[in-house]
Amino acid sequence: MDLHSLITSRSDAGSGTNSGTTRRSFLKTAPLAGLVLGVGLPRFGLAAEEPQKYGGDGMPHGLQESPKIFVAIAPDGTVSIVVNRSEMGQGIRTSLPRIVADELEADYKRVRVVQAPGDEAKYGNQDTDGSRSTRHWFEPMRRCGASARQMLEQAAANQWKVPLEQVEARNHEVVDKKSGRKLGYGALAVAAAKLEVPPRASLKLKNPSAFRYIGKDDPTLTDGPVIVNGKSQYGIDTRLPGMLYAVVARPPVLGGKVKSFDAADAMKVRGVVKVFAIDGTPPPSEFQPVGGVVVVGKDTWAAIQGRNALKIVWDDGPHGSYDSASFRAELEAAVKKPGGKVVRNDGDAYTALAGAAKKLEADYYVPHYAHATMECPAATARIVNGKCEVWAPSQSPQAARERVAKRLNLTEDKVTVNVTLLGGGFGRKSKADFVVEAALASKEMGGAPVKLTWTREDDLHNDYFHTVSAQHLEAGLDSSGKVVAWLHRSAEPTILSIFAPDPKTLAPFELGLGLTGMPYQIPNVRIENPEAVAHTRIGWLRSVNNIQHAFAAQSFIAEIAQAQGKDHRDYLLELLGPDRNIDPRKISEPWNHGESPERYPISTGRLRKVIERVTKEANWGRKLPKGQGLGLAAHYSFVTYMAAVIEVSVAPNGELTIPRVDVAVDCGPMVNPDRVRSQIEGACVMGLSQAVVSEITFKNGRAEQDNFHQFEIVRMNAAPKRIVVHFIPSDSYDMPLGGVGEPGVPVVAPALMNAIHAATGKRIRRLPLRDQLSAPV
Amino acid sequence: MTTLQINGKSMNVDAPAETPMLWVLRDHLGLTGTKFGCGMALCGACTVHLDGEPVRSCQTPLSVAAGKKITTIEGVGATRVGKAVQNAWLAIGVPQCGYCQAGQIMSAAALLQKTPKPSDTEIEGAMSGNLCRCGTYTRIRSAIKVAAGMKGDA
Repeated sequence: MDLHSLITSRSDAGSGTNSGTTRRSFLKTAPLAGLVLGVGLPRFGLAAEEPQKYGGDGMPHGLQESPKIFVAIAPDGTVSIVVNRSEMGQGIRTSLPRIVADELEADYKRVRVVQAPGDEAKYGNQDTDGSRSTRHWFEPMRRCGASARQMLEQAAANQWKVPLEQVEARNHEVVDKKSGRKLGYGALAVAAAKLEVPPRASLKLKNPSAFRYIGKDDPTLTDGPVIVNGKSQYGIDTRLPGMLYAVVARPPVLGGKVKSFDAADAMKVRGVVKVFAIDGTPPPSEFQPVGGVVVVGKDTWAAIQGRNALKIVWDDGPHGSYDSASFRAELEAAVKKPGGKVVRNDGDAYTALAGAAKKLEADYYVPHYAHATMECPAATARIVNGKCEVWAPSQSPQAARERVAKRLNLTEDKVTVNVTLLGGGFGRKSKADFVVEAALASKEMGGAPVKLTWTREDDLHNDYFHTVSAQHLEAGLDSSGKVVAWLHRSAEPTILSIFAPDPKTLAPFELGLGLTGMPYQIPNVRIENPEAVAHTRIGWLRSVNNIQHAFAAQSFIAEIAQAQGKDHRDYLLELLGPDRNIDPRKISEPWNHGESPERYPISTGRLRKVIERVTKEANWGRKLPKGQGLGLAAHYSFVTYMAAVIEVSVAPNGELTIPRVDVAVDCGPMVNPDRVRSQIEGACVMGLSQAVVSEITFKNGRAEQDNFHQFEIVRMNAAPKRIVVHFIPSDSYDMPLGGVGEPGVPVVAPALMNAIHAATGKRIRRLPLRDQLSAPV
Repeated sequence: MTTLQINGKSMNVDAPAETPMLWVLRDHLGLTGTKFGCGMALCGACTVHLDGEPVRSCQTPLSVAAGKKITTIEGVGATRVGKAVQNAWLAIGVPQCGYCQAGQIMSAAALLQKTPKPSDTEIEGAMSGNLCRCGTYTRIRSAIKVAAGMKGDA
């Protein structure tokens, strides 16, 4: 770098808020070590004297905020701001630098964004998932910018030999308030870099009324220009001199292996260079590759053609009989029977149900989904002098670095993970399997650079799929129609299954995604989690278990209201009860997204407000002709409050159109309102895909969908004509931030099915909708 | 050796005649703006213009492209319509991850070249072959109208 860096001293590198020793010792003793990275569990199992840490402090490697890590200023005044999180469409390469630049009083036109490689000891936690980036990094990045500003002010005051109070940073220069003389940031950089970072207590954060970039509704994107002119660099776009291209034939069944293979025909394909097998990690394989046969060619097409010519005999192993149709029957039978692990138990729901004046019940099914990021997994690796360098669209570059180091038997300092733009992530690219594959391929090729690309078929066959679930709900009503008992039973294979042998019940971080934290005012609540076995790799997919939990609960509440002829909105608000802050621990939800229960209680008042706002904006209650309807759903997830009203029109042949969607969101203070809006618009479309067309099914252990003709996602003609996002303004930037990337998804399927019921009288309890409206009842 | 006319430049490629243009552009010529999404003409990420017509480069063999005028995302900004589309994309803040947007822009530019003031139905007809997993469709629709000098509804 030709920059004159503010970072000359490395003395503070690695001095994060978490002691590395403590975390490493935890990793050694924890039975499910990989989870710590994957989900940022609060650090359960620490020595008793250590206080529980929350938010970003509770994540592996915690937070960093020194400008010596994140800010560099060149003599010409160009300010480089390091972004430590991965860009996958949420706008983080725009939002985080704006926070720093604002507190720094930088002119954003003179800001350059630099992507950090995977190095959590230096940059703090980089695991870009869980809707956490802005939520956890808003405050540290503010302090980072403020520190840098104060260092520049101090440097100017020193040079002019005037008191610090006499100078002020304004728009990329420091001004002497008395004389009016000025020094640009470039001229001050060298002197400022020699100063100590001011202690946190001495920082003067801006008054939010003086914000130049934070909270401003501006659609400008850091990477916008290169995205529209084709110069953007995604993982799949990496090019190195002498690079080879690889694809892999992977076992189609969980735990499967290559029994034998014949590469003779593959080697005859023009451009194929080498064919070899790589070992997989047997289940639970967490983020490591599943193995298979690698074909290396002079271009991607040659490698694909070579793979097509391979003859492979697979040993499928015990999951070779996985059939999602019969598994569905198994799960549905499991949730019909009382029992399973009791994960919440308020009062006595069974007795209250038995004595209820009226009882309702319903069953819901949500299938496996694939992430289907538009950019398939792809990574490039080379090994030079015992050092492995990779370029990858990774949501979690530190996790990738650790996995590559482990598999190549290198120490971590010998592995560099450069983070490219991600062509979609949604949770898929927090897994490093494809990165390790590229490293293994390069190793086999003597360290030559190899780009390893997954085809769409690979992506759909070997994803870390969204789990499959069956849910059974029962409600007991008293004679006035009030819900006195709520029983929710859900069976779903757990994500823990990629980390540990045969776990059969959900982890706290899955229960906490919309199941146990049910906030409605019901005296008797019982939530049960019967066992379910995973027969494929299960992973996080944007909003994760909330998808099925919100679908079931928000559909069921609408069903209860409708069974009594009551207005859904009014009934939902009544069920919510008076405004109150619920301590999540008191409703069997200790996980609380890793956030402090004091700082982040569950506020029924905030949930009420989004319901009221969205129904007002959508003109709820208006009369619509037959075949048209409005549907409502509300859900709290990732410490954000969300409600949606979807308007549908269903033609007599069952064809569905969606003229308008209204969404109200309370995510606390916002850094980048346009990106909040765009995330919610996008979540709406993704939620619709899940509700209407997408599904992965299994036969003989194999995913049956090969490409987008079978794993469908919503196209423009089926997308809503309008999506209108309404913000609930936040009182203050001192309020805690909520997540944004994921919480837009869960409300979509229930709001849609409630709308379809309003339009047609048909109640859809199985996703996806597909032809359920045109099929005979 | 095959000679191609790409973005107004003559380029030589040594690849089998059946090689899809997608991989010729990306792997042989380093024009990585054209994206791989499905390999089966199902997603539109690889859309380029062949003599002004939008085609899926993953299904267009090198032999078919030879002798025709090829425009990719790297070159479409040289046309008035292409530039207008790119500018509208930025003004509306269309991209999220951005990966599919090269194909979206190529489809939109081809649409506006032929139909300067498209109706909603014409927009959907031209654009429904382009998938966007981030779900930017409402903004794409608006941006096309902005590029066409019509009123967007975002």
